[in-house]
Amino acid sequence: MEERKLTCIGCPLGCQLTVTMENGEVKDVTGNTCPRGAAYARDEVTNPTRVVTSIVKVKGGNLAAVSCKTASVIPKAKIFEILDEIKPVVMEAPVKIGDVVVANVAGTGVDVIATKNIAAI
Amino acid sequence: MKSYDIIIVGGGPAGLAAAISAKKEGIDSILMIERDNQLGGILNQCIHNGFGLHTFKEELTGPEYASRFIDQALELNIEYKLQTMVLDITPEKVVTVMNREEGVVQYQAKAVILAMGCRERPRGALNIPGYRPAGIYSAGTAQRLVNMEGFMPGKKCVILGSGDIGLIMARRMTFEGAEVKVVAEVMPFSGGLKRNIVQCLDDYDIPLLLSHTVVDIEGTDRLEAVTIAEVGPDRKAIPGTEQRYECDTLLLSCGLIPENELSKQASVELSPITSGPIVDESLETNVPGIFACGNVLHVHDLVDFVSQEAGLAGANAAKYVKEGGEKGSTIVKINATDGARYTVPSSIHVENMADLLTVRFRVGAVFANKAISVYFNDERVQHRKKQIMAPGEMESVIIQKKQVEAYEGLETITIKIEDYSK
Repeated sequence: MEERKLTCIGCPLGCQLTVTMENGEVKDVTGNTCPRGAAYARDEVTNPTRVVTSIVKVKGGNLAAVSCKTASVIPKAKIFEILDEIKPVVMEAPVKIGDVVVANVAGTGVDVIATKNIAAI
Repeated sequence: MKSYDIIIVGGGPAGLAAAISAKKEGIDSILMIERDNQLGGILNQCIHNGFGLHTFKEELTGPEYASRFIDQALELNIEYKLQTMVLDITPEKVVTVMNREEGVVQYQAKAVILAMGCRERPRGALNIPGYRPAGIYSAGTAQRLVNMEGFMPGKKCVILGSGDIGLIMARRMTFEGAEVKVVAEVMPFSGGLKRNIVQCLDDYDIPLLLSHTVVDIEGTDRLEAVTIAEVGPDRKAIPGTEQRYECDTLLLSCGLIPENELSKQASVELSPITSGPIVDESLETNVPGIFACGNVLHVHDLVDFVSQEAGLAGANAAKYVKEGGEKGSTIVKINATDGARYTVPSSIHVENMADLLTVRFRVGAVFANKAISVYFNDERVQHRKKQIMAPGEMESVIIQKKQVEAYEGLETITIKIEDYSK
Protein backbone atom coordinates (compact mmCIF):
# COMPACT_ATOMS: atom_id res chain seq x y z
CA MET A 1 0.00 0.00 0.00
CA GLU A 2 1.32 3.38 -1.02
CA GLU A 3 -0.09 6.83 -0.14
CA ARG A 4 0.20 9.99 -2.21
CA LYS A 5 -0.77 13.47 -0.96
CA LEU A 6 -2.07 16.01 -3.47
CA THR A 7 -3.72 19.42 -3.48
CA CYS A 8 -6.82 19.50 -5.67
CA ILE A 9 -6.75 22.28 -8.30
CA GLY A 10 -10.46 22.18 -9.18
CA CYS A 11 -11.45 25.25 -7.14
CA PRO A 12 -10.11 27.64 -4.46
CA LEU A 13 -11.07 25.15 -1.74
CA GLY A 14 -7.82 23.27 -2.53
CA CYS A 15 -8.78 20.02 -0.79
CA GLN A 16 -5.84 18.00 0.56
CA LEU A 17 -6.31 14.66 -1.15
CA THR A 18 -4.85 11.34 -0.06
CA VAL A 19 -4.66 8.66 -2.72
CA THR A 20 -4.11 5.08 -1.62
CA MET A 21 -2.47 2.92 -4.27
CA GLU A 22 -1.57 -0.71 -4.61
CA ASN A 23 0.56 -2.09 -7.46
CA GLY A 24 0.03 1.12 -9.44
CA GLU A 25 -3.75 0.96 -9.08
CA VAL A 26 -5.82 3.54 -7.24
CA LYS A 27 -7.61 1.90 -4.32
CA ASP A 28 -9.08 4.93 -2.60
CA VAL A 29 -9.21 8.74 -2.64
CA THR A 30 -10.02 10.64 0.54
CA GLY A 31 -10.13 14.31 1.49
CA ASN A 32 -12.10 15.39 -1.57
CA THR A 33 -15.30 17.41 -1.20
CA CYS A 34 -16.72 16.66 -4.64
CA PRO A 35 -16.33 14.06 -7.40
CA ARG A 36 -14.04 16.38 -9.38
CA GLY A 37 -11.42 15.95 -6.66
CA ALA A 38 -11.46 12.17 -6.95
CA ALA A 39 -11.23 12.31 -10.75
CA TYR A 40 -8.34 14.78 -10.57
CA ALA A 41 -6.49 12.60 -8.05
CA ARG A 42 -6.88 9.46 -10.20
CA ASP A 43 -5.53 11.20 -13.30
CA GLU A 44 -2.74 12.89 -11.40
CA VAL A 45 -1.33 9.69 -9.88
CA THR A 46 -1.79 7.43 -12.90
CA ASN A 47 -1.09 9.73 -15.87
CA PRO A 48 -0.17 13.32 -14.90
CA THR A 49 -0.12 15.62 -17.94
CA ARG A 50 0.67 19.28 -18.59
CA VAL A 51 0.77 21.75 -21.44
CA VAL A 52 4.32 23.14 -21.65
CA THR A 53 4.71 26.80 -22.62
CA SER A 54 8.06 28.46 -23.29
CA ILE A 55 9.86 30.67 -25.81
CA VAL A 56 12.38 30.25 -28.62
CA LYS A 57 14.70 32.85 -30.10
CA VAL A 58 13.63 34.48 -33.35
CA LYS A 59 15.86 36.21 -35.92
CA GLY A 60 14.89 39.31 -37.88
CA GLY A 61 11.63 39.90 -36.05
CA ASN A 62 10.03 42.77 -34.14
CA LEU A 63 10.70 40.80 -30.94
CA ALA A 64 13.72 38.73 -29.87
CA ALA A 65 11.64 35.74 -28.79
CA VAL A 66 8.49 33.98 -29.90
CA SER A 67 6.28 32.16 -27.41
CA CYS A 68 5.34 28.54 -28.01
CA LYS A 69 3.41 25.64 -26.46
CA THR A 70 2.87 21.93 -26.83
CA ALA A 71 -0.18 21.63 -29.09
CA SER A 72 -1.80 19.32 -26.53
CA VAL A 73 -0.98 17.86 -23.13
CA ILE A 74 2.21 15.83 -22.70
CA PRO A 75 3.30 13.50 -19.87
CA LYS A 76 4.53 15.53 -16.92
CA ALA A 77 7.74 13.47 -16.72
CA LYS A 78 8.72 14.72 -20.20
CA ILE A 79 8.68 18.44 -19.36
CA PHE A 80 12.43 19.00 -19.03
CA GLU A 81 13.28 16.77 -21.98
CA ILE A 82 10.89 18.88 -24.07
CA LEU A 83 12.42 22.14 -22.80
CA ASP A 84 15.89 20.86 -23.74
CA GLU A 85 14.69 20.18 -27.28
CA ILE A 86 13.01 23.57 -27.59
CA LYS A 87 15.90 25.62 -26.20
CA PRO A 88 18.40 25.51 -29.13
CA VAL A 89 15.76 26.28 -31.79
CA VAL A 90 16.02 29.62 -33.60
CA MET A 91 13.08 30.66 -35.80
CA GLU A 92 13.22 33.08 -38.72
CA ALA A 93 10.69 35.91 -38.81
CA PRO A 94 7.95 36.14 -39.86
CA VAL A 95 6.34 33.61 -37.54
CA LYS A 96 2.60 32.92 -37.44
CA ILE A 97 0.52 31.49 -34.60
CA GLY A 98 0.39 27.72 -35.14
CA ASP A 99 3.73 27.44 -37.02
CA VAL A 100 5.53 24.26 -35.94
CA VAL A 101 8.57 25.00 -33.80
CA VAL A 102 9.52 21.37 -33.07
CA ALA A 103 7.64 18.45 -34.60
CA ASN A 104 6.98 15.36 -32.45
CA VAL A 105 8.84 16.84 -29.52
CA ALA A 106 10.74 14.33 -27.36
CA GLY A 107 8.99 11.50 -29.16
CA THR A 108 5.63 12.39 -27.62
CA GLY A 109 3.83 12.64 -30.96
CA VAL A 110 2.94 16.23 -30.02
CA ASP A 111 4.23 19.29 -31.90
CA VAL A 112 5.46 22.45 -30.26
CA ILE A 113 3.75 25.37 -32.02
CA ALA A 114 4.21 29.14 -31.99
CA THR A 115 1.63 31.13 -30.01
CA LYS A 116 2.51 34.63 -31.23
CA ASN A 117 2.68 36.39 -34.57
CA ILE A 118 6.13 37.90 -35.15
CA ALA A 119 6.52 40.34 -38.04
CA ALA A 120 9.73 40.47 -40.05
CA ILE A 121 11.57 43.79 -39.92
CA MET B 1 -8.52 70.19 -33.49
CA LYS B 2 -9.26 66.80 -35.01
CA SER B 3 -12.13 65.05 -33.32
CA TYR B 4 -13.29 61.46 -32.75
CA ASP B 5 -16.52 60.06 -31.44
CA ILE B 6 -14.70 57.72 -29.05
CA ILE B 7 -11.08 57.75 -27.92
CA ILE B 8 -9.90 54.64 -26.09
CA VAL B 9 -6.85 54.96 -23.87
CA GLY B 10 -5.00 51.63 -23.96
CA GLY B 11 -4.80 48.82 -26.54
CA GLY B 12 -4.73 45.84 -24.19
CA PRO B 13 -7.58 43.36 -23.68
CA ALA B 14 -9.93 46.02 -22.28
CA GLY B 15 -9.23 48.63 -24.96
CA LEU B 16 -9.56 46.06 -27.75
CA ALA B 17 -12.89 44.66 -26.53
CA ALA B 18 -14.26 48.16 -25.92
CA ALA B 19 -13.24 49.29 -29.43
CA ILE B 20 -14.72 46.21 -31.12
CA SER B 21 -17.99 46.57 -29.26
CA ALA B 22 -18.31 50.32 -29.94
CA LYS B 23 -17.64 49.70 -33.64
CA LYS B 24 -20.25 46.95 -33.79
CA GLU B 25 -22.73 49.38 -32.20
CA GLY B 26 -22.27 51.60 -35.24
CA ILE B 27 -19.58 54.09 -34.20
CA ASP B 28 -17.05 54.54 -37.01
CA SER B 29 -14.96 57.35 -35.60
CA ILE B 30 -12.86 55.53 -33.00
CA LEU B 31 -9.21 56.02 -32.03
CA MET B 32 -7.41 53.54 -29.79
CA ILE B 33 -4.11 54.72 -28.30
CA GLU B 34 -1.40 52.29 -27.15
CA ARG B 35 2.00 53.21 -25.72
CA ASP B 36 3.73 49.90 -26.55
CA ASN B 37 4.83 48.94 -30.08
CA GLN B 38 2.01 46.42 -30.51
CA LEU B 39 -1.59 45.88 -29.45
CA GLY B 40 -2.49 43.25 -26.84
CA GLY B 41 -1.09 44.80 -23.67
CA ILE B 42 0.10 42.57 -20.87
CA LEU B 43 -1.24 39.45 -22.64
CA ASN B 44 1.80 39.58 -24.94
CA GLN B 45 4.07 38.58 -22.06
CA CYS B 46 1.66 36.08 -20.46
CA ILE B 47 2.82 33.13 -22.56
CA HIS B 48 1.34 30.49 -20.22
CA ASN B 49 -1.99 28.85 -21.05
CA GLY B 50 -5.33 29.07 -19.28
CA PHE B 51 -6.86 32.17 -20.94
CA GLY B 52 -10.23 32.24 -22.60
CA LEU B 53 -12.04 29.26 -21.08
CA HIS B 54 -15.19 31.37 -20.61
CA THR B 55 -14.99 33.27 -23.91
CA PHE B 56 -13.71 30.67 -26.37
CA LYS B 57 -14.28 27.42 -24.41
CA GLU B 58 -10.64 26.50 -24.88
CA GLU B 59 -7.41 27.18 -23.05
CA LEU B 60 -5.32 29.70 -24.94
CA THR B 61 -2.03 31.38 -24.11
CA GLY B 62 -2.06 35.14 -23.54
CA PRO B 63 -0.72 36.09 -27.00
CA GLU B 64 -3.26 33.78 -28.68
CA TYR B 65 -6.14 35.30 -26.70
CA ALA B 66 -4.93 38.79 -27.62
CA SER B 67 -4.59 37.90 -31.29
CA ARG B 68 -8.27 36.87 -31.53
CA PHE B 69 -9.24 40.39 -30.49
CA ILE B 70 -6.48 42.11 -32.48
CA ASP B 71 -7.60 40.27 -35.65
CA GLN B 72 -11.19 41.41 -35.08
CA ALA B 73 -10.10 45.02 -34.48
CA LEU B 74 -8.07 44.97 -37.71
CA GLU B 75 -10.96 43.44 -39.68
CA LEU B 76 -13.24 46.16 -38.40
CA ASN B 77 -10.69 48.79 -39.50
CA ILE B 78 -10.48 50.35 -36.08
CA GLU B 79 -7.98 53.21 -36.13
CA TYR B 80 -5.17 52.96 -33.60
CA LYS B 81 -1.82 54.55 -32.79
CA LEU B 82 1.14 52.66 -31.34
CA GLN B 83 4.08 54.01 -29.33
CA THR B 84 1.87 56.90 -28.42
CA MET B 85 1.47 58.23 -24.88
CA VAL B 86 -1.62 59.98 -23.64
CA LEU B 87 -0.38 62.94 -21.61
CA ASP B 88 -3.64 64.49 -20.52
CA ILE B 89 -7.41 64.14 -20.61
CA THR B 90 -9.58 67.09 -19.62
CA PRO B 91 -13.11 66.83 -18.21
CA GLU B 92 -14.23 68.34 -21.56
CA LYS B 93 -12.61 65.27 -23.17
CA VAL B 94 -9.73 66.97 -24.92
CA VAL B 95 -7.08 64.25 -25.17
CA THR B 96 -3.41 65.27 -25.50
CA VAL B 97 -1.15 62.61 -26.97
CA MET B 98 2.50 62.43 -27.94
CA ASN B 99 4.58 60.27 -30.25
CA ARG B 100 7.80 60.50 -32.25
CA GLU B 101 6.19 61.13 -35.62
CA GLU B 102 3.60 63.75 -34.74
CA GLY B 103 4.94 65.35 -31.58
CA VAL B 104 2.25 66.59 -29.24
CA VAL B 105 -1.28 66.51 -30.70
CA GLN B 106 -4.71 67.22 -29.22
CA TYR B 107 -7.96 65.52 -30.12
CA GLN B 108 -11.51 66.31 -29.09
CA ALA B 109 -13.52 63.21 -28.14
CA LYS B 110 -17.27 62.91 -27.58
CA ALA B 111 -16.63 59.97 -25.27
CA VAL B 112 -13.47 58.56 -23.70
CA ILE B 113 -12.95 54.98 -22.52
CA LEU B 114 -10.27 54.54 -19.88
CA ALA B 115 -8.52 51.18 -20.41
CA MET B 116 -5.02 51.81 -19.10
CA GLY B 117 -4.76 48.66 -16.98
CA CYS B 118 -2.76 48.44 -13.80
CA ARG B 119 0.79 48.49 -12.44
CA GLU B 120 2.65 46.30 -10.01
CA ARG B 121 3.27 47.50 -6.48
CA PRO B 122 6.97 48.45 -6.43
CA ARG B 123 9.60 47.95 -3.75
CA GLY B 124 9.23 51.55 -2.64
CA ALA B 125 5.60 50.92 -1.69
CA LEU B 126 6.52 47.79 0.30
CA ASN B 127 9.05 49.38 2.66
CA ILE B 128 11.56 46.53 2.51
CA PRO B 129 14.65 47.52 4.48
CA GLY B 130 18.20 46.93 3.24
CA TYR B 131 20.46 47.99 0.40
CA ARG B 132 19.36 48.92 -3.11
CA PRO B 133 21.40 46.68 -5.40
CA ALA B 134 20.57 45.62 -8.96
CA GLY B 135 18.63 42.36 -9.25
CA ILE B 136 15.30 43.39 -7.72
CA TYR B 137 12.47 43.30 -10.24
CA SER B 138 8.73 43.28 -10.17
CA ALA B 139 7.56 39.85 -11.35
CA GLY B 140 5.93 41.39 -14.42
CA THR B 141 9.14 43.16 -15.45
CA ALA B 142 11.01 39.86 -15.22
CA GLN B 143 8.19 38.25 -17.22
CA ARG B 144 8.62 40.76 -20.01
CA LEU B 145 12.42 40.35 -20.03
CA VAL B 146 12.24 36.55 -20.18
CA ASN B 147 9.24 36.08 -22.46
CA MET B 148 9.48 38.96 -24.92
CA GLU B 149 13.01 40.28 -24.88
CA GLY B 150 14.57 36.84 -24.47
CA PHE B 151 17.01 37.31 -21.62
CA MET B 152 17.21 36.16 -18.02
CA PRO B 153 17.32 38.56 -15.09
CA GLY B 154 19.32 36.12 -12.89
CA LYS B 155 20.20 32.58 -11.91
CA LYS B 156 19.32 32.24 -8.22
CA CYS B 157 15.95 33.64 -7.41
CA VAL B 158 13.73 34.41 -4.41
CA ILE B 159 10.15 35.55 -4.93
CA LEU B 160 8.25 37.76 -2.51
CA GLY B 161 4.48 37.57 -2.84
CA SER B 162 2.41 34.64 -4.05
CA GLY B 163 0.24 36.48 -6.53
CA ASP B 164 -0.35 34.61 -9.78
CA ILE B 165 2.38 36.46 -11.69
CA GLY B 166 4.94 35.50 -9.02
CA LEU B 167 3.85 31.85 -9.14
CA ILE B 168 3.91 31.77 -12.94
CA MET B 169 7.37 33.35 -12.90
CA ALA B 170 8.66 30.74 -10.43
CA ARG B 171 7.93 28.12 -13.10
CA ARG B 172 9.24 30.24 -15.97
CA MET B 173 12.56 30.94 -14.22
CA THR B 174 12.85 27.20 -13.45
CA PHE B 175 12.16 26.34 -17.11
CA GLU B 176 14.91 28.73 -18.21
CA GLY B 177 17.44 27.11 -15.92
CA ALA B 178 17.32 29.35 -12.85
CA GLU B 179 17.07 28.01 -9.32
CA VAL B 180 14.01 29.36 -7.51
CA LYS B 181 14.79 28.95 -3.83
CA VAL B 182 11.58 30.01 -2.14
CA VAL B 183 8.37 32.00 -2.45
CA ALA B 184 7.51 34.05 0.64
CA GLU B 185 3.98 35.38 1.30
CA VAL B 186 3.25 37.82 4.12
CA MET B 187 -0.41 36.74 4.40
CA PRO B 188 -1.43 33.40 5.95
CA PHE B 189 -2.96 32.42 2.58
CA SER B 190 -1.81 32.74 -1.01
CA GLY B 191 -3.33 35.33 -3.31
CA GLY B 192 -2.77 33.01 -6.26
CA LEU B 193 -4.95 30.31 -7.80
CA LYS B 194 -4.64 26.77 -6.38
CA ARG B 195 -3.85 25.51 -9.84
CA ASN B 196 -0.83 27.82 -10.01
CA ILE B 197 0.44 26.79 -6.58
CA VAL B 198 0.29 23.12 -7.60
CA GLN B 199 1.50 23.44 -11.19
CA CYS B 200 4.11 26.19 -10.71
CA LEU B 201 5.51 25.45 -7.22
CA ASP B 202 4.63 21.90 -6.07
CA ASP B 203 5.52 20.39 -9.47
CA TYR B 204 9.08 21.72 -9.09
CA ASP B 205 9.44 21.35 -5.31
CA ILE B 206 9.62 25.12 -4.76
CA PRO B 207 8.69 25.86 -1.14
CA LEU B 208 5.94 28.40 -0.32
CA LEU B 209 6.36 30.08 3.06
CA LEU B 210 3.08 31.62 4.22
CA SER B 211 3.19 34.37 6.88
CA HIS B 212 6.78 35.19 5.87
CA THR B 213 8.37 38.31 4.42
CA VAL B 214 11.73 39.75 3.36
CA VAL B 215 13.31 41.74 6.20
CA ASP B 216 16.76 42.45 4.77
CA ILE B 217 18.44 42.84 1.39
CA GLU B 218 22.21 42.48 1.00
CA GLY B 219 24.52 43.52 -1.81
CA THR B 220 25.91 46.84 -2.96
CA ASP B 221 26.15 46.48 -6.76
CA ARG B 222 24.26 43.23 -7.30
CA LEU B 223 21.87 41.48 -4.95
CA GLU B 224 23.75 38.89 -2.88
CA ALA B 225 21.22 37.60 -0.36
CA VAL B 226 17.87 38.29 1.28
CA THR B 227 16.73 37.50 4.80
CA ILE B 228 13.24 36.09 5.26
CA ALA B 229 11.44 36.01 8.61
CA GLU B 230 8.12 34.71 9.84
CA VAL B 231 5.49 37.35 10.65
CA GLY B 232 2.88 37.35 13.41
CA PRO B 233 -0.82 38.17 12.99
CA ASP B 234 0.18 41.87 13.06
CA ARG B 235 2.35 41.14 9.96
CA LYS B 236 5.47 42.16 11.90
CA ALA B 237 8.60 40.00 11.78
CA ILE B 238 9.10 37.59 14.68
CA PRO B 239 12.66 37.93 16.02
CA GLY B 240 14.64 34.70 15.90
CA THR B 241 12.86 33.31 12.80
CA GLU B 242 15.22 34.93 10.27
CA GLN B 243 16.68 32.77 7.51
CA ARG B 244 19.21 33.95 4.94
CA TYR B 245 18.90 32.98 1.27
CA GLU B 246 21.77 33.61 -1.14
CA CYS B 247 20.37 34.86 -4.42
CA ASP B 248 21.08 37.28 -7.27
CA THR B 249 17.45 38.03 -8.08
CA LEU B 250 14.43 39.04 -6.02
CA LEU B 251 11.06 39.16 -7.78
CA LEU B 252 8.20 41.12 -6.23
CA SER B 253 4.64 39.92 -6.80
CA CYS B 254 2.86 41.97 -4.18
CA GLY B 255 -0.30 43.25 -5.74
CA LEU B 256 -1.55 45.35 -8.62
CA ILE B 257 -2.73 48.94 -8.56
CA PRO B 258 -5.00 50.44 -11.25
CA GLU B 259 -3.13 53.13 -13.14
CA ASN B 260 -5.29 56.22 -12.83
CA GLU B 261 -3.02 59.26 -13.18
CA LEU B 262 -4.87 60.29 -16.35
CA SER B 263 -8.25 59.69 -14.72
CA LYS B 264 -7.32 62.08 -11.91
CA GLN B 265 -6.28 64.72 -14.45
CA ALA B 266 -9.75 64.35 -15.99
CA SER B 267 -11.35 64.93 -12.53
CA VAL B 268 -12.59 61.33 -12.38
CA GLU B 269 -13.52 60.35 -8.85
CA LEU B 270 -11.67 57.24 -7.57
CA SER B 271 -12.65 54.60 -5.03
CA PRO B 272 -10.24 54.35 -2.09
CA ILE B 273 -10.83 50.57 -2.03
CA THR B 274 -10.30 49.61 -5.68
CA SER B 275 -8.09 52.64 -6.54
CA GLY B 276 -10.17 52.69 -9.73
CA PRO B 277 -12.92 55.06 -10.89
CA ILE B 278 -16.32 54.99 -9.21
CA VAL B 279 -18.78 53.97 -11.94
CA ASP B 280 -22.50 53.50 -12.46
CA GLU B 281 -24.45 50.78 -14.29
CA SER B 282 -23.08 52.04 -17.63
CA LEU B 283 -19.47 51.89 -16.34
CA GLU B 284 -19.55 55.67 -16.69
CA THR B 285 -17.54 57.75 -14.23
CA ASN B 286 -18.67 60.94 -12.49
CA VAL B 287 -17.44 62.84 -15.59
CA PRO B 288 -20.18 62.49 -18.24
CA GLY B 289 -18.91 60.63 -21.30
CA ILE B 290 -15.84 59.15 -19.60
CA PHE B 291 -16.14 55.37 -19.15
CA ALA B 292 -13.76 52.86 -17.53
CA CYS B 293 -13.19 49.12 -17.89
CA GLY B 294 -10.67 46.38 -17.24
CA ASN B 295 -7.88 46.57 -14.70
CA VAL B 296 -7.89 50.36 -14.57
CA LEU B 297 -11.38 50.05 -13.06
CA HIS B 298 -10.64 47.20 -10.65
CA VAL B 299 -8.05 44.43 -10.83
CA HIS B 300 -9.44 41.25 -12.39
CA ASP B 301 -8.20 37.65 -12.16
CA LEU B 302 -9.64 36.47 -15.47
CA VAL B 303 -9.19 38.25 -18.78
CA ASP B 304 -12.54 36.83 -19.94
CA PHE B 305 -14.29 39.10 -17.44
CA VAL B 306 -12.18 42.05 -18.59
CA SER B 307 -13.35 41.44 -22.15
CA GLN B 308 -17.00 41.19 -21.06
CA GLU B 309 -16.82 44.33 -18.96
CA ALA B 310 -14.99 46.27 -21.68
CA GLY B 311 -17.56 45.16 -24.27
CA LEU B 312 -20.22 46.72 -22.09
CA ALA B 313 -18.22 49.94 -21.66
CA GLY B 314 -17.78 50.14 -25.45
CA ALA B 315 -21.49 49.63 -26.10
CA ASN B 316 -22.43 52.22 -23.47
CA ALA B 317 -19.97 54.76 -24.86
CA ALA B 318 -21.50 54.18 -28.31
CA LYS B 319 -24.97 54.76 -26.88
CA TYR B 320 -23.74 57.95 -25.21
CA VAL B 321 -22.42 59.23 -28.56
CA LYS B 322 -25.60 58.31 -30.47
CA GLU B 323 -28.28 59.24 -27.96
CA GLY B 324 -26.60 61.71 -25.63
CA GLY B 325 -25.96 60.98 -22.02
CA GLU B 326 -29.47 61.37 -20.60
CA LYS B 327 -29.61 59.67 -17.21
CA GLY B 328 -32.74 58.64 -15.37
CA SER B 329 -33.50 60.33 -12.08
CA THR B 330 -34.01 57.15 -10.02
CA ILE B 331 -30.68 56.27 -8.46
CA VAL B 332 -30.09 53.14 -6.38
CA LYS B 333 -26.85 52.86 -4.40
CA ILE B 334 -25.05 49.52 -4.12
CA ASN B 335 -23.30 48.91 -0.80
CA ALA B 336 -20.79 46.21 0.07
CA THR B 337 -20.68 45.18 3.76
CA ASP B 338 -20.00 42.19 6.03
CA GLY B 339 -17.08 40.68 4.16
CA ALA B 340 -17.83 42.12 0.70
CA ARG B 341 -15.24 44.86 0.11
CA TYR B 342 -16.56 46.80 -2.86
CA THR B 343 -18.85 46.50 -5.84
CA VAL B 344 -18.51 47.52 -9.48
CA PRO B 345 -20.73 49.31 -10.33
CA SER B 346 -21.54 51.16 -7.11
CA SER B 347 -24.77 52.81 -8.24
CA ILE B 348 -27.58 52.23 -10.73
CA HIS B 349 -29.66 54.70 -12.72
CA VAL B 350 -32.66 52.40 -12.96
CA GLU B 351 -33.90 53.81 -16.28
CA ASN B 352 -30.49 53.24 -17.88
CA MET B 353 -29.99 49.76 -16.50
CA ALA B 354 -29.74 46.71 -18.79
CA ASP B 355 -32.26 43.88 -18.27
CA LEU B 356 -29.58 41.93 -16.41
CA LEU B 357 -26.79 43.74 -14.60
CA THR B 358 -23.68 41.90 -13.42
CA VAL B 359 -22.34 43.37 -10.20
CA ARG B 360 -18.78 42.22 -9.51
CA PHE B 361 -17.15 42.33 -6.10
CA ARG B 362 -14.43 40.86 -3.93
CA VAL B 363 -14.46 39.48 -0.41
CA GLY B 364 -11.94 40.63 2.20
CA ALA B 365 -11.04 37.24 3.71
CA VAL B 366 -11.40 33.52 3.09
CA PHE B 367 -14.98 32.34 3.75
CA ALA B 368 -15.95 28.65 3.79
CA ASN B 369 -19.60 27.51 3.61
CA LYS B 370 -21.06 30.98 3.74
CA ALA B 371 -23.59 32.65 1.48
CA ILE B 372 -23.70 35.70 -0.76
CA SER B 373 -26.81 37.72 0.07
CA VAL B 374 -28.40 40.58 -1.81
CA TYR B 375 -30.72 42.94 0.05
CA PHE B 376 -33.17 45.44 -1.44
CA ASN B 377 -33.33 48.01 1.35
CA ASP B 378 -33.69 45.69 4.39
CA GLU B 379 -35.26 42.73 2.60
CA ARG B 380 -33.15 39.82 1.47
CA VAL B 381 -33.88 38.99 -2.19
CA GLN B 382 -30.98 36.67 -3.09
CA HIS B 383 -29.17 34.13 -0.93
CA ARG B 384 -26.70 31.76 -2.54
CA LYS B 385 -24.45 29.28 -0.77
CA LYS B 386 -20.77 29.24 -1.70
CA GLN B 387 -18.47 26.46 -0.57
CA ILE B 388 -15.50 28.78 -0.66
CA MET B 389 -14.80 32.45 -1.30
CA ALA B 390 -11.36 34.03 -1.24
CA PRO B 391 -9.97 37.53 -1.85
CA GLY B 392 -8.13 36.24 -4.91
CA GLU B 393 -11.31 35.27 -6.74
CA MET B 394 -13.76 37.87 -7.99
CA GLU B 395 -17.41 37.12 -7.23
CA SER B 396 -20.54 38.41 -8.92
CA VAL B 397 -24.29 38.67 -8.54
CA ILE B 398 -26.85 39.40 -11.23
CA ILE B 399 -29.54 42.00 -10.63
CA GLN B 400 -32.71 41.99 -12.74
CA LYS B 401 -34.06 45.30 -13.97
CA LYS B 402 -37.68 44.01 -13.69
CA GLN B 403 -37.16 43.27 -10.04
CA VAL B 404 -35.52 46.62 -9.34
CA GLU B 405 -38.33 48.50 -11.12
CA ALA B 406 -41.02 46.55 -9.32
CA TYR B 407 -39.58 47.21 -5.87
CA GLU B 408 -41.40 50.17 -4.37
CA GLY B 409 -39.13 52.74 -2.68
CA LEU B 410 -35.84 50.99 -3.43
CA GLU B 411 -32.93 53.14 -2.27
CA THR B 412 -30.05 50.78 -1.59
CA ILE B 413 -28.96 47.35 -2.72
CA THR B 414 -26.61 45.71 -0.23
CA ILE B 415 -24.30 42.79 -0.93
CA LYS B 416 -22.99 40.91 2.08
CA ILE B 417 -21.50 37.61 3.16
CA GLU B 418 -23.65 35.75 5.71
CA ASP B 419 -24.17 32.37 7.33
CA TYR B 420 -26.16 30.17 5.01
CA SER B 421 -29.77 29.55 6.01
CA LYS B 422 -32.36 27.63 4.06
